[in-house]
Amino acid sequence: MEGNSPRGAEHQPPVGEALDVSKTFGETRALLNVSLDVRAGECHGLVGRNGAGKSTLVTLLTGLARPDRGSIRLAGAPAPSLADRGEWLDRVACVYQRSMVVPPLTVAENVFLNRPTGDARSPFVNWRRMRQQAHEVMLEWGFDIDVDQAAGSLTVEQRQIVEIARALSIGARFLILDEPTAALEKAAVERLFARVRRMREGGIGVLYISHHLEEIYDICDRVSVLRDGELVLTGAVSDISQPNLVAAMVGSAPSRRATEIEAVPNRSGLGEERLAVTELKVTSTGGSVEGVSLSVRAGECVGLVGLDGSGSVTLADAVIGLIKPQSGTVKVLGRPVPPGKVDAVLHRGVGYVPQDRHARGFAPQLGVGENLTLAVLENVSRGVLGVVNFKARDRIAQEQVDKLQIVAWSLQQPVSSLSGGNQQKVVVGRALAPNPSVLIVVNPTVGVDVASKEALLDAMRKARDEGMAVLLVSDDFEDLRICTRLLVMVRGKVAHQFEQPPWDRQQLIAAVEGLELVGAGDPQR
Amino acid sequence: MSNVTTEPAASEPTTPGSTRAMPRRDARHLALKWFRELPLVPVIVLVMIWGSIVNPVFLTSSNLTDVATGGAPLGLVVVAETLILLTGKFDISLQGTFGLAPLLGAWLIAPAASEGLGTQWNPWFGILLVLAIGLVVGIFNGFLVIKANFNAFIFTLAMSILLTGLQLGWLGGRTVYHLPEVYIYLGSESWFGISVAVWVATIVFVIAELFLRYHRVGRAMYAIGGNLEAARAAGIKVDRIRIGVFVVASVLAAVAGLMVAGRVTVATAGQGSNLIFGVFAAAVIGGVSLDGGRGRMLGALTGVILLSLVTNILTLSSISSTWIDAVDGAIILLALGVARLIGTERA
Repeated sequence: MEGNSPRGAEHQPPVGEALDVSKTFGETRALLNVSLDVRAGECHGLVGRNGAGKSTLVTLLTGLARPDRGSIRLAGAPAPSLADRGEWLDRVACVYQRSMVVPPLTVAENVFLNRPTGDARSPFVNWRRMRQQAHEVMLEWGFDIDVDQAAGSLTVEQRQIVEIARALSIGARFLILDEPTAALEKAAVERLFARVRRMREGGIGVLYISHHLEEIYDICDRVSVLRDGELVLTGAVSDISQPNLVAAMVGSAPSRRATEIEAVPNRSGLGEERLAVTELKVTSTGGSVEGVSLSVRAGECVGLVGLDGSGSVTLADAVIGLIKPQSGTVKVLGRPVPPGKVDAVLHRGVGYVPQDRHARGFAPQLGVGENLTLAVLENVSRGVLGVVNFKARDRIAQEQVDKLQIVAWSLQQPVSSLSGGNQQKVVVGRALAPNPSVLIVVNPTVGVDVASKEALLDAMRKARDEGMAVLLVSDDFEDLRICTRLLVMVRGKVAHQFEQPPWDRQQLIAAVEGLELVGAGDPQR
Repeated sequence: MSNVTTEPAASEPTTPGSTRAMPRRDARHLALKWFRELPLVPVIVLVMIWGSIVNPVFLTSSNLTDVATGGAPLGLVVVAETLILLTGKFDISLQGTFGLAPLLGAWLIAPAASEGLGTQWNPWFGILLVLAIGLVVGIFNGFLVIKANFNAFIFTLAMSILLTGLQLGWLGGRTVYHLPEVYIYLGSESWFGISVAVWVATIVFVIAELFLRYHRVGRAMYAIGGNLEAARAAGIKVDRIRIGVFVVASVLAAVAGLMVAGRVTVATAGQGSNLIFGVFAAAVIGGVSLDGGRGRMLGALTGVILLSLVTNILTLSSISSTWIDAVDGAIILLALGVARLIGTERA
């Protein structure tokens, strides 16, 4: 590749550049005076916690939105107007996490989607040329894919290759990879790195976004860190140590609940084992689980922490029966539950707070009372006909309303008209109403206000203290206050365990991001 | 489609300028692909054999031309619906346009004595009006389904009821006869012994097939139906194409309606009621996916041919006419099963 490898890349203008850009969405400041450049032939890492402004920066760099202040330059020239999609596609391409291939079309067509082959003015498709050109692109970059294959039959890795090939064949010299390894297995990640190195040698500038910091050290030349919409660090990867990188992401301790997440001291007298998961393996596009065992005892709250795609949510879904696992067993109260059967699991006395409250959490048109008692209808109906005893139902509902401080003008108010925080309380209340022996909770405080968050966590803390076994899946560290033990999942496996609260925020982040833990006080493995 | 990877691993990049061999797709591979994409062809052969057993009249050329003439309007509407289905939407009101457009045109050109309004407009103007109705209904449907994001099912169902109702309420459910020759030319004349309607339908099929295969907008339609977001990101003018497809489809449905009016030489209120079910059936058994992005015009054509042949054979056979609908339905189910077994389509 020496022949066309532009090693004099310093003399070329950056392939992509943000100059002092700011962007505000309504009240939220997404980016403030951020400057970042990606040079030809470099891989530039971009890291930051969720909500740091990475996606906003990508939308600005790909021309999907315009910065409020500042400017974008591509290959040394000012960015084209937003309406001119073609111009943008010529200069910058982004491979998103969600797939952007068209399944029924062949690989060749996907590579040349909406582009002329041969004569640019001709509205007709020259199939032979298109296949030939797609084949050449694949050869040139060493991608091993049959261009006549339907894209729908490709693996996740191959689809990604098709998207990269599309960008390269357009001639874009600036490629953004948005968490490209989230859905890839280990060997595929290695192959992706080989491809990125090759593109780098070919003079392509890559902006590499990842949560997995070890990947940044593997593949990137420079790295930039965004925090709360501001660029806090840019530099050569070799000059920045891992602790410094993590420190830049986390920032100096905010005033409340600083570096250490408060938590109750470990309780000595735990009850019997309520939930036992053994060697669970689940395949899922949302992050596979590769052999995880865990147990939750009465009176204990186990926190399961992991990034998107780490498998933590998949594990909860598999335990509750929404996904059927490949192998492994789930035992509730010492007895195995049939895999993939939600109702059977719930009948064993498991309560469940789903990740997506809108899709699975509640029936929006029904009243607060009815939603709260959906899971206990059998207990409040009389006789063989199953007529609902409304008095008993309302009593149970009112109990939950009081416990969770749900703000509603009556038990009949439709849940759809409640605020987000109160809707979430209804979801949690419904899970708590039958007084389950095991409670599985997934991201219970996403998108709720501070007061509701307190009420929710409080209710779950009380349930725990009363002897409920709680499995809390969350990536919000504030939720972890109520946990008595933490398991950190990385790439489908439990990578670390934290047994003794309070949790060290920095170490926790390092573990979650897939780094080897550094410094003293290395927690138990 | 085959999943077999035929290319060797390219470990070394080829230097630019050197010749790069592209593996040819061998004939067997192509034949298999065609067989999988057109799973109804063997079914049609079986049905033809069955037909010749049932009644010797079936295989005569006059009967087969009759089948073609009868199937041409259905075929045109199937082309229309297939275009919309490929982009991931559908339009039930095509049958309403199919009925209303020729009736309204006939009403304005025919004398009062033959149930016309008495305005007796130029018949050419009547034809133009038929096309214009297709255009207007198509634009209306397209904008409201695509831009205003109404649900295609309920919106075009309501449109269909409205358009059919207008034929009764506004035009009094009349039958307009004594139509001018120009107006009925499409359905009543023949070129070289074959009805003009069949020629037109065949040409439209060929153009549609070639357009979908070789024109960039045709390929864009597959991309839109296959992955709307990806199509948008690739810079395809997604909304413009989807609305355009609604318009073209409605115009085709109006022309198909004119064909039927020409064949029977009268324009009747209620023409085309229940037509749409046969249209969907033909498209789907021909391998066109209801989810969009999958299917070929040639496949839809095999669906039309199969349904037309079956209807004809049932008429020729000794089956009681009260049973024809039930047998028709059973055969559609059977064809779906066969198409599933042979084809790649998971309809």
